[in-house]
Amino acid sequence: MPINYYIILSITLFCIGIVGVLTRRNAIIVFMCIELMLNAVNLLMVAFSKMHHLKNAAINASAGSEGQLFVFFIMVVAAAEVSVGLAIIVMLYRNTHSVDINFLNRLKH
Amino acid sequence: MGITAILFWTLSTLAVFSALMMVVSKNPVYSVLWLILVFFAISGHYLLMNAQFLAIVNIIVYAGAIMVLFLYVLMLMDLKKDTEQKRNRGILFAGVLAGGCLLLVLVAALLKTDEASVLVQTQVGNIGLIEELGKILFKEYLIPFEVSSILFLSAMVGAVVIGKK
Repeated sequence: MPINYYIILSITLFCIGIVGVLTRRNAIIVFMCIELMLNAVNLLMVAFSKMHHLKNAAINASAGSEGQLFVFFIMVVAAAEVSVGLAIIVMLYRNTHSVDINFLNRLKH
Repeated sequence: MGITAILFWTLSTLAVFSALMMVVSKNPVYSVLWLILVFFAISGHYLLMNAQFLAIVNIIVYAGAIMVLFLYVLMLMDLKKDTEQKRNRGILFAGVLAGGCLLLVLVAALLKTDEASVLVQTQVGNIGLIEELGKILFKEYLIPFEVSSILFLSAMVGAVVIGKK
């Protein structure tokens, strides 16, 4: 497959995630949209690593595997981020009995 | 149109449709289920590119662990009573417009590039196999791997500290 198909697919998923973050007000769904954006980037990174491998396989047999390792580390960081973020959302719910992000306005005071 | 193209288009359609359904569905539980479908479609893409390790890790970590965590948190909360009050039309319009503009700009920039049709290797190639990635991970990226374990430990401590109060 040509790389531009993968790029367009990733851009589409990323923009859907952005629209979700901007329009939804439920904190959990906003968080899930951020996960979707991370996954779009991961997909693009794997596609680029396979493109790089196809180009440079003759010079270096393991060309492109760094990209896939980076995706692995992104997944690790995302898992850590989700655990802390969901703990914060649970705290928000306990204090305000709602997960509406508009309530976070009161952090200003 | 070969089998690769058919699989690519099927998985892409599934991913985009499920992502859209995730954003528009009213019930958060349905959103989680649609997002799991997106993750499975992306894992299918990884398999198509023969990145078997990442496909399995994506299913185990994302669809398995993270989304179950989301579902647990949703079940802990009683969200029935405040199903998002009426949305602000202006914000909805502005958000869709902003996302659409970003999509337009990025796609337009992509169409201007010269090397847009470089091929991606599908179905073959062994850089995505567990053996290859494991060798590189434990030879050249050992220190980042160990640092990520410290990251996990600190995230665990942080989650417990935040959730305990």
